[in-house]
Formats: sequence, structure tokens, C-alpha cells
Amino acid sequence: MNAIYILWLRELKRYFRSRSRMIGSLGQPLLFLLALGFGLGPIFQKAGQGSYFQFLGPGVICMSILFTAIFSGIQVIWDKQFGFLKETLVAPIPRLHIMLGKTLGGATIATFQGIVVFFLAVLFGFRPELTLLPLTVLYMLLVAVFFTGLGITIASLLEDINGFQIIMNFLVQPLFFLSGALFPLNNLPKAISIVTSFDPLTYGVDGIRGTLIGVSHFGLMLDFITLVVLTLCVLTIGAYFFSKIQI
Amino acid sequence: MNDTIVQVTGLTKKFKDFTAVDNITFSVPKGEIFAFLGPNGAGKTTTIKMLTTLLLPTSGTILVNGHNAVTDQHDVRKSFGIVFQDPSLEDELTTYENMEFHGVLYSIPKEERKIRIKSLLTFVELWDRKDSLVKTFSGGMKRRLEIARGLLHHPKIFFLDEPTQGLDPQTRNHIWSYLKNLSSKEGITIFFTTHYLEEAQEYADRIAIMDHGHIVTEGTLKTLLKQTKKATLEEAFLSLTGNDIREESASGIDALRRHRQMRGR
Ligand SMILES: Nc1ncnc2c1ncn2[C@@H]1O[C@H](COP(=O)(O)OP(=O)(O)OP(=O)(O)O)[C@@H](O)[C@H]1O
Ligand SMILES: [Mg+2]
Repeated sequence: MNAIYILWLRELKRYFRSRSRMIGSLGQPLLFLLALGFGLGPIFQKAGQGSYFQFLGPGVICMSILFTAIFSGIQVIWDKQFGFLKETLVAPIPRLHIMLGKTLGGATIATFQGIVVFFLAVLFGFRPELTLLPLTVLYMLLVAVFFTGLGITIASLLEDINGFQIIMNFLVQPLFFLSGALFPLNNLPKAISIVTSFDPLTYGVDGIRGTLIGVSHFGLMLDFITLVVLTLCVLTIGAYFFSKIQI
Repeated sequence: MNDTIVQVTGLTKKFKDFTAVDNITFSVPKGEIFAFLGPNGAGKTTTIKMLTTLLLPTSGTILVNGHNAVTDQHDVRKSFGIVFQDPSLEDELTTYENMEFHGVLYSIPKEERKIRIKSLLTFVELWDRKDSLVKTFSGGMKRRLEIARGLLHHPKIFFLDEPTQGLDPQTRNHIWSYLKNLSSKEGITIFFTTHYLEEAQEYADRIAIMDHGHIVTEGTLKTLLKQTKKATLEEAFLSLTGNDIREESASGIDALRRHRQMRGR
């Protein structure tokens, strides 16, 4: 138990000590929020869909969680190459605890990043309903744990950082763009609609949007159950592959 | 058998069709300083990784402190401390935090941890730098910290993979005086590799020389010199392993390691 805590703490310290990483990862969500939020706003309004900025806010929060979480998880590759992972792998503690400590650490950071983006959005005019805010944080945490776990799973399977770009372009970007973070899910062409429903992030976006602006496509309950089930699966698979790491 | 801390029998490691360690058998007596020598790519690090449960052997058995390194990893892990060939500190943590992290991972009770961290950091002369971030340290300071960290949980055997590589003579002497001290005062077994043969000549009780995955010879300095009819370990080493430079099939990690070494760790 203490091992999980100290591993969690290490991730947090690393994060809060490298300001550039913190600030750097706010750039992209902010760009999306401002450029798309204000740029597409008028068209969205004309189409009778209401305020695009309101709609986009939760999507951009999810975006920052997704990228921070995956990135935290994938850092295990660097740990593998630059040595620190060895220090934990030779310690007399179950590999499962190492994996959990890292996952919770990464997830905490990603959730924190999501909350920062939330406040930034509010600063630029996002007006959420506040009644379900604790639930919002719960959905954020679930998304964060899921994607950190996914990142660690991928990192456990990759030899070195060369595969990183492929993962970003062929997994993470599609996960984001096909999630309904940027567009409403109703009245989509059949094919796109099917693809979005297979994207785990879709349920995170939907849950967070549901709790923040009261618009949900699948319903909060389905979002919740889907996320919990997916998270448990990813943690189980991730723990398995993590326990098989040899360096 | 009771005086043996490491017992390796028929140990082999294959990476795909390349055999890095080829059916080696050796043992290390308790309390000795054991030098594990060999040219680049001989298989020293690979062997140490198997002894320390980081890599699974292709075949053969390993007993460390009486525990099997494949089936009984937990007890093996409790028995040893290690300084890896590549740096393995967390740069974004302070000296003290790195020690603390280790202490918690090894479940050392809080009070004991505090005392032990202080005494070890004093021992390697880093106590006054306990709150500095490790990324501000020189190679020698990092190495000393890694040594202190590896000793925190009272290991029975201490593996050091090229602990003095890239360090100046002052620091190397320092490190060896710590190790010598540990061995004589606490009876810890020291298992080290080095390319500075004079270190092995001076400090090792017993020497094994590895080449191309095989152990070419093993014994005390005296027997090695006698066997090869040479005056120094370096000459004996060269006569046993030849004068060719090793062609290393640089894996990604090797290339990275060299790159880091060129940039000064
Ligand atoms: N993961 C790996 N995959 C493939 N080959 C490997 C791997 N690790 C090591 N090798 C190869 O196994 C051989 C032995 O490597 P090892 O690192 O054990 O040598 P070493 O004796 O420690 O050398 P050095 O003195 O340079 O540290 C080398 O040829 C190396 O390229
Ligand atoms: Mg080596």
C-alpha cells in the first residue's frame, strides 16, 4: 500500500516540478477552445444548435485529460530506457502495485489538468451548471484512469520511443476526433456514428458534457457503466503486460 | 553450500538467435569481493540482469542467497542491492527523496529509515546535499548516491555494474574505500564489473573473466597470473580474451547509453 502511495507521489512531484510540461500541455486545448469555440460559434448558432462554446467546453476538457493521461502512461517507455523503472522493478513489491501507483499518479495529474482547463474555459465565458460538479470530477477521474492505464499498457509492449509517433497519430488523435468532443452525436452518418460508439472517449465526453451542460446522448448511467467496465478491463490487461516487462 | 551466496548452474540467455550468455556455471562465496570481468559485449550485464530478476533466463538455474531467481523472485529481491550500469536515479527528486522512495519500496519502518538514510548519506558524503535535486549532480555524486541507496535495506549481496565507469581517480578511490569498508565491517558480498582492471587486481578476492557469453576462467588473482604466466591482471586478461576489438551489435539501448556517456552521463 505504501509502495502505491510513494509511486503516486513521485509522479505528482515530477509533474509539479516541471512547469514547462504543465504550461505546454495547456496550449493545445486552449487553441481548440478559442479558435474553434469562437470560430465555429456563428455557424453552430445558425444551425439552431445553441452556443458552440458551451458545447465545446466539456470536449476540450476531455481532450486535455486524454492527452495528459496517455502521455503520463507512455512515459514508462522513457523510464524503461533511462533506468528509473529498473529501480522499482527489482524492489520486493508486486508488479501490480507498481502499475497501480503509476496509473493513479498519471490519472491524478490528468484530472488536475482537466480541472485547470475547466477554469480556463470559465474564464473565457463557459457557463456550466454547478449542481452535478462532483459527478463531473468522477467522470474526469474515470477517463483519466482509463487512458493512463492504456498508455502504460502500450508502453509495456513497446521496445523504445520510436513507436511513440505512430501511437499518437494512429491512436490518440483518432480517439479524440472521433469522440464527439467537437461535434454532436445526433444525426451523424451511419458509419461515423458506429465508429464513435466504439470510441471509449465518447462516453467520457458524453458524461462530462451531461453533468456540465445537461446535454447527454447516451445518458449518464450508460456512460458511467461503460467507463467503469472499460477501465477495469484496461487495468487488468495493463497489469498483465506490465508484469511481463523484461529489461 | 551455506557459504555460497550466488550459485549459477548452466545459465543461458538467448536474444532471438543470438546467445548472449552461453551455459555458464559459477559460484560466489559469502562475504567476498567478486570481480566479474570481460570485454564489451561479453554478457556481464545480461548475467547480472538475470541474477537480479530483471531478465528471465532461457535455461539454467540461479540461486541468490539460497532463493531461486525465477520461482522465488520476491525473496531474491529482498536479498540484494544493486547499482546498475546506467544511471537509475529520479532526476526530478532530491537526494533525500530518492532515498526515501527506496526505503518505502523496501518497507523499511519510518524511524529506522530516517536514521539509516542519514548515516548512509553521511557515509557517501552527500548529507549536506540532501535537499538538492539529483539533476544538478555530477556523475560522481550520482554514483555515490546510487551506492548509498542500494545499501539502504541491508542487502546481503551488492551488485555493482561498472560503478566507477567515467569517474575521476579521486572519486574512484573514494568509492572503493567505501566498498572495502563495507566488505570488511559488515561482511556484505560485493559482486562488481569494471573495465579498470587495476581495481579488480587491487580489491577483488576472486575474479571471473567472461568472453562471448562464456566464462573463460575463474579464480584468485594469484591463480590467474600463474595460469597465464603474466605479471599483471591486464596482461592476463588480454592473453585470455585476445586483442580484437569487440564488434558490438548496438541495440537501441546501447546506442542511447553511448550517447548519454558522451554527453557526460
Ligand atoms: N535486449 C537485448 N536484445 C538483444 N541483444 C542484447 C540485448 N541485451 C544485450 N544484448 C547483446 O548481448 C551481448 C551482451 O551484452 P551485455 O550488455 O551483457 O554485455 P556487457 O558484458 O555488459 O558489455 P559492456 O562491458 O559493454 O557493458 C551484447 O552483444 C549485446 O548487444
Ligand atoms: Mg555491461
